[in-house]
Amino acid sequence: MPTPPNTALPPQPPHRRPAIVLVGHGMVGQRFLEAAVERGLAASHRIVVLCEEPRPAYDRVQLTSYFSGRTPDELSLTDRGFLDAHGIELYVDEPAESFDRAARTVTARSGRVFPYDTLVLATGSYPFVPPVPGKDATGCFVYRTIEDLLAIEEYAKKRATTGAVVGGGLLGLEAAGALRGLGLATHVVEFAPRLMPVQVDEGGGAALLRTITGMGLTVHTGTGTQEIVTGEDGAVSAMKLSDGGELATDLVVFSAGVRPRDQLARDHGLTVGERGGITVDEQCRTSDPDVYAIGECAQAVDGRVYGLVAPGYEMAQTAAAAIAADREARFTGADLSTKLKLLGVDVASFGDAHGTAEGCLDVVYSDSRSGTYKKLVMGAGGELLGGVLVGDAEAYGVLRPLTGTVPPLPPEQLVLPADAGAPVALGPESLPGSAVICSCHNVTKDAIQACATLPEVKKCTKAGTGCGSCVKVIGQLLPHSGDKGLCDCFAQTRQELYEIVRVLRITSFRALLDGHGREAARGGEGCEVCKPAVGSIIASLAPTIGAEGHVLDGEQAALQDTNDHFLANLQRNGSYSVVPRIPGGEITPEKLIVIGEVARDFGLYTKITGGQRIDLFGARVEQLPMIWTRLVDAGFESGHAYGKALRTVKSCVGQTWCRYGVQDSVRMAIDLELRYRGLRAPHKLKSAVSGCARECAEAQSKDFGVIATASGWNLYVGGNGGATPRHADLLSQDLDDAALVRLIDRFLMFYIRTADRLERTAAWLDRIDGGLDHVRDVVVHDSLGICAELEALMADHVTHYRDEWAATLDDPERLARFVSFVNAPGVPDPTVGFVPERDQIKPDLPLLSIGPRPLEGASR
Amino acid sequence: MSTAPARVQLRCADDWFEVCERARLTPGRGIAALLPDGRQAALFLDREGRAYAIDNRDPFTGAAVLSRGLLGSRDGRPFVASPLLKQRFDLETGRCLDDDEVSVTVHPVRIA
Ligand code: SRM
Ligand SMILES: Cc1cc2nc3c(=O)[nH]c(=O)nc-3n(C[C@H](O)[C@H](O)[C@H](O)COP(=O)(O)OP(=O)(O)OC[C@H]3O[C@@H](n4cnc5c(N)ncnc54)[C@H](O)[C@@H]3O)c2cc1C
Ligand code: SF4
Ligand code: FES
Repeated sequence: MPTPPNTALPPQPPHRRPAIVLVGHGMVGQRFLEAAVERGLAASHRIVVLCEEPRPAYDRVQLTSYFSGRTPDELSLTDRGFLDAHGIELYVDEPAESFDRAARTVTARSGRVFPYDTLVLATGSYPFVPPVPGKDATGCFVYRTIEDLLAIEEYAKKRATTGAVVGGGLLGLEAAGALRGLGLATHVVEFAPRLMPVQVDEGGGAALLRTITGMGLTVHTGTGTQEIVTGEDGAVSAMKLSDGGELATDLVVFSAGVRPRDQLARDHGLTVGERGGITVDEQCRTSDPDVYAIGECAQAVDGRVYGLVAPGYEMAQTAAAAIAADREARFTGADLSTKLKLLGVDVASFGDAHGTAEGCLDVVYSDSRSGTYKKLVMGAGGELLGGVLVGDAEAYGVLRPLTGTVPPLPPEQLVLPADAGAPVALGPESLPGSAVICSCHNVTKDAIQACATLPEVKKCTKAGTGCGSCVKVIGQLLPHSGDKGLCDCFAQTRQELYEIVRVLRITSFRALLDGHGREAARGGEGCEVCKPAVGSIIASLAPTIGAEGHVLDGEQAALQDTNDHFLANLQRNGSYSVVPRIPGGEITPEKLIVIGEVARDFGLYTKITGGQRIDLFGARVEQLPMIWTRLVDAGFESGHAYGKALRTVKSCVGQTWCRYGVQDSVRMAIDLELRYRGLRAPHKLKSAVSGCARECAEAQSKDFGVIATASGWNLYVGGNGGATPRHADLLSQDLDDAALVRLIDRFLMFYIRTADRLERTAAWLDRIDGGLDHVRDVVVHDSLGICAELEALMADHVTHYRDEWAATLDDPERLARFVSFVNAPGVPDPTVGFVPERDQIKPDLPLLSIGPRPLEGASR
Repeated sequence: MSTAPARVQLRCADDWFEVCERARLTPGRGIAALLPDGRQAALFLDREGRAYAIDNRDPFTGAAVLSRGLLGSRDGRPFVASPLLKQRFDLETGRCLDDDEVSVTVHPVRIA
């Protein structure tokens, strides 16, 4: 229903403010108004909008969704409140008929005259109707406005069973989809030898043809329309085709392209392009500096008339900037990516789809049975220039933002379908943060990921509110529906939280929870799941993001599980165990003696662990600092038996002593253990180094295992003992020392970055898309281009490592925590008792049956 | 003029029993206190600075360790998860959230 002109506002203030008159309230016109408001022009100017259609701006791109139930009101782009709040005067059903450039006035159809200082033309285009006889008969339509749609619908319901669309381009196919949706037997008549000739090439057209035909539409390509035949009542009854045939039809929709609406400009002496379109400069100014032209009615400096909304939006912003005296803004051209929204058909083209650049090469995958056709145009330097996807446009959202860059995978792999041995589905995670995900509104990945939900993205960035082709990728970039979230507090996975923390340099749990947690959890305490997980993320990134390094400092203290909080492992009776690091399992007699003396003096139970070191059990909280003072003095460090961190790097004795050994496995094990000690990870990390293929150190059961060869080292990853044992996979062979370390650096950091909470490398390798091959591509071949960054993260870790126990003993505040009772620091917990067993002690347990919490096992 | 630091007090046998300065508590974590009658209380401070106290004994294991659990909140209600086997206890009511049959004593607490 038409909206009455906004008469509530005073027509003209006494001291006339400069006036902007906008002619045309379509998509680009509306965007211009928003940009003008953002630029403060609404405050300094009177803004008048002349709108020809009986309704204010609406989403023309989504026009076809009317047939899937969207009402005209839902398509509206105009918010009354917005116009009123900014005093914008909108005159609906009131086209501009003429203007006077000398007097600087515009005259509208009603005879009203509006003075202007700046005139903005956003008159869009009109559908081109080929001059065939009978084109104006009853039953002939175009497909451009809501009114067109309503008319087609009414006519189709009343008197049509068959419909024909003239034109097999993007809009023609949309119209055909709509006719089919109205229940008509639908024909498409296209003059060119293939469908969508502008966007797709021959191969793409062939695949598209199969799909469209498969949907029950009849397609006539290479066929012109010669005449519209009418019946006695003057209504359409058939079409005469160039091949001599006649096609019976009750309804015809012309969709043979659009032409810029530049008549008004022509009439008033503004320069227009040879093939139409008001010529404008980089600022969107016409040949009259007080008149701008934007959107489909304009011919940009690159000589193009853009028939897409995204370039129009850019022009709208450029014009608003120029009017606000911002000289920086320019519009010099845009990319012509499109994705067809027609139900059931996936068609996309982007960039230089036809391969016009010098020296470019095509990479094509085509499967006529499934109607799939994919072509990528690659530049001489390996960069992606553009492409055509038909039948499977899954990759569009990722490929389009990669245009202009060298993709992280070879192009052959990018076009292979997922089930034809394509090793990796290239996910949007691989895109850089600056990649433009929504080209309609020029929104980057980073901007999208700053939001938590799709509605939020649409509200804050407008991404996804244009053609909608980016919505799928936005979904993949956002935290997934409930179940995938880390816990009740965060909708994101651990990997996503890692990226948020890393990219936004968030150093506190609170900031993360309040800024990125689920709505209901914000301002709360978090929970026992997310606190340690986030604590670990922050700890593993601490040097890089500038967070506190020590796990007992500041807020970190409140996040750690009790084991990390006391830097020891809690045992069943409330006592703790102490595990000093023994790198590579090598220990001097002096150090062995110190351990023995400490154990004896504090009455601790001692045991050799399965990890080639010694565990001392039965310490009370208040004893821990004293025990560790002795150990640190003797040169021991924390063994992180309590942390989700590197545990041990086991070794076999190796070349030095063993008759079979081919490399110094003990030295390598020590080096690796010292390098990665203290590294916090999604789960614990274990390693081992064997000096020959006999594998006495059991390296193939470790997260990263190293086996000596005659010429270097083989690296195995993803091994696991425990409940679900898994043999490690060979990642790379015959590495020298430096190459081995570099590869492990990358592997570990990639794991830390992408694994789930409490996911060992074995489970992670089995879960991630592409498995081992993908991981190898990333860490060996640097397919994502992130290896330098992974190495830098590890270097940060290595340089900033400090023994947690030594640092704790140095600090009275941290030490104050090691008491059984805050109000009685010297008093031991009377409930912690021991009884003798085999010449040592064991816990004196209360008689209680222990049952795990029903929800989740005590996985620690 | 100097103001005395805020202190945490527990209700114990009709009297307020002074435990420690509030500054000894870390928001989001707990700490244990020995009561005059020999029982143990687990004290917690949430991020808003509100204090809670429940019995320190974990009814599932018999170990006096609840003060060493992690504080969390669900639907705005604070809880502690036992560090041993992870059962959660509501800090306001003492009810175990994972087993209807189990609960721990709640001690009135104030900051003065
Ligand atoms: C002490 C030790 C047993 C021993 O006396 O030998 C031990 C003790 C514990 N292991 Fe272990 N594991 C020990 C070697 C192992 C090994 C052998 C090895 O590392 O070569 C394995 C199999 C290898 C592996 O991890 O792949 C092992 C597989 C596990 C698992 C199962 C992991 C899995 O991926 O399935 C758990 C449970 C968990 O982590 O969720 C576990 C958990 C535990 C916990 C943390 C259980 C707990 O939550 O309390 C125990 C802590 C003891 C403590 O307080 O110190 N422990 N545990 C060993 C310490 C090694 C060390 O020096 O750090
Ligand atoms: C069915 C359909 C599907 C589409 N799908 C896509 C897509 O997927 N992706 C994409 O990028 N683009 C798509 N487009 C194109 C997109 O809609 C246009 O690029 C966009 O609407 C251009 O905006 P505009 O403001 O320049 O023109 P319009 O939206 O056409 O607005 C111009 C307005 O000016 C009015 N007007 C003209 N002359 C006067 C006058 N003298 N006085 C007052 N008012 C006047 C017109 O009535 C019209 O309302 C589609 C178009 C259609 C029709
Ligand atoms: S987790 Fe099991 S196998 Fe490992 S030390 Fe404890 S009881 Fe032994
Ligand atoms: S790309 Fe069109 S809405 Fe995002």
